[in-house]
Amino acid sequence: MRIVNSTQIENEVYRMALKAGVYITEACRKCLEKAEEKEISPSARFALRTVLQNADTAKEENMPVCQDTGVAVVLMEIGQEVFIEGKILSDAVNDGVTRAYHDGFFRKSTCDPLTRENRGDNSPAFLHTEIVSGDKIKITFMPKGFGSENMSRIYMLTPADGKDGIVNAIVETVRIAGSRPCPPVYVGVGIGGTFDVAALNAKKSLTREIGTFSQREDVRQIEQEALKRINELGIGAQGFGGKITALGVSCEVAPTHIAGLPVAVNIQCHCVRMEKGEI
Amino acid sequence: MIKITSPLDKKVIKELKAGQTVYLSGVIYTARDCAHKRICDYIKTGKELPFPLKGATIYYAGPCPAKEGKPSGSCGPTTSARMNFYAPTLFDEGLSAAIGKGEMSNEVLLSIKRNGCVYFAAIGGAGALYGNAIKKCQLVAFPDLLSEGVYRLEVENFPLIVAIDKDGNSIYNALK
Repeated sequence: MRIVNSTQIENEVYRMALKAGVYITEACRKCLEKAEEKEISPSARFALRTVLQNADTAKEENMPVCQDTGVAVVLMEIGQEVFIEGKILSDAVNDGVTRAYHDGFFRKSTCDPLTRENRGDNSPAFLHTEIVSGDKIKITFMPKGFGSENMSRIYMLTPADGKDGIVNAIVETVRIAGSRPCPPVYVGVGIGGTFDVAALNAKKSLTREIGTFSQREDVRQIEQEALKRINELGIGAQGFGGKITALGVSCEVAPTHIAGLPVAVNIQCHCVRMEKGEI
Repeated sequence: MIKITSPLDKKVIKELKAGQTVYLSGVIYTARDCAHKRICDYIKTGKELPFPLKGATIYYAGPCPAKEGKPSGSCGPTTSARMNFYAPTLFDEGLSAAIGKGEMSNEVLLSIKRNGCVYFAAIGGAGALYGNAIKKCQLVAFPDLLSEGVYRLEVENFPLIVAIDKDGNSIYNALK
């Protein structure tokens, strides 16, 4: 058994939140640069150049890359040999998040869904835990903006819909989203499981490094086919028209019921903000 | 390079064509979902607005808090489509221009055309760049809404694309 104090977790979440809100990842920068090279639409190229300049400004000035510093999505894999002492885990994570959003001059964007009253500290974090083997804690921090989150969809397809149905669902989601989610987008897809598992897997799939494809051949084919068709939609960066509407498609697959084929599509904006850590 | 100043002269709006890149300086006001709801309530009940709407430019945005010595934190555009419900009322009441990201509804387009106004697309996700172009920032209404309140901004060279011009030409419709 390994003892981890909750302060370590809180501090790691704090560090990750501050970094993820300001810096885009190297993989994301590469994808955006490639998109700018490939793009032929002048307005879309202007948008992509502006986005890359913005990433430099954020880094130089140490200010949030986007003013929508998002809700704090925290994915945690906890080794079952770990014993956490101190605060309750969710409190430690929330405290790390609220401290980071205060100290980083991040926008506080969480509110009551009905009264719309802002909570003022960006709590709570949306924490998903999984118990795995070993004695480590792996954490992924993903600030999630709602311009893109709002454009996500879930489909309860039938087995007869098959692979074509899955690709159609992915492409339709991006088509309906149009200019609204800050394209070029990263498209996360959860295939299989249940209604809720598909949605969570769609979000988890966005943690896979952008620019990569699935190891599973038939899944990779779905990703490639969907990406090709999305980029034929002509939406382009910011909806200004062009060849690059998505930077990538990432699918996560789970077993499902013999009667069903859930497909959840979670849209991520072009910043693809994320930070990984381990304790 | 086309440089324009807000509040915008109607003569300037007349010259703008969908698809053009412009750099906007001057005074603009932020307003998002909740602020729009209140502004429309004020209009409906005939209550005086806390800022001059006639001839103004509204920026669909909610800034990050400012660091000490800086006028504003990051402040890029939010999705304009959520303001579809409110925008025609504001254009009919004298608003000259709106800045946001992404397409707006046909009802909004028609109200822009009817009133000879303009809608600009800012580059979504470029919050740091726009935040840095803000030279002054002052809260003028709805402090309880925090970042969703109305802020009067003085900006310098905001990079924008004319998305819907006064004739109702839309950069988004041109693609369909």
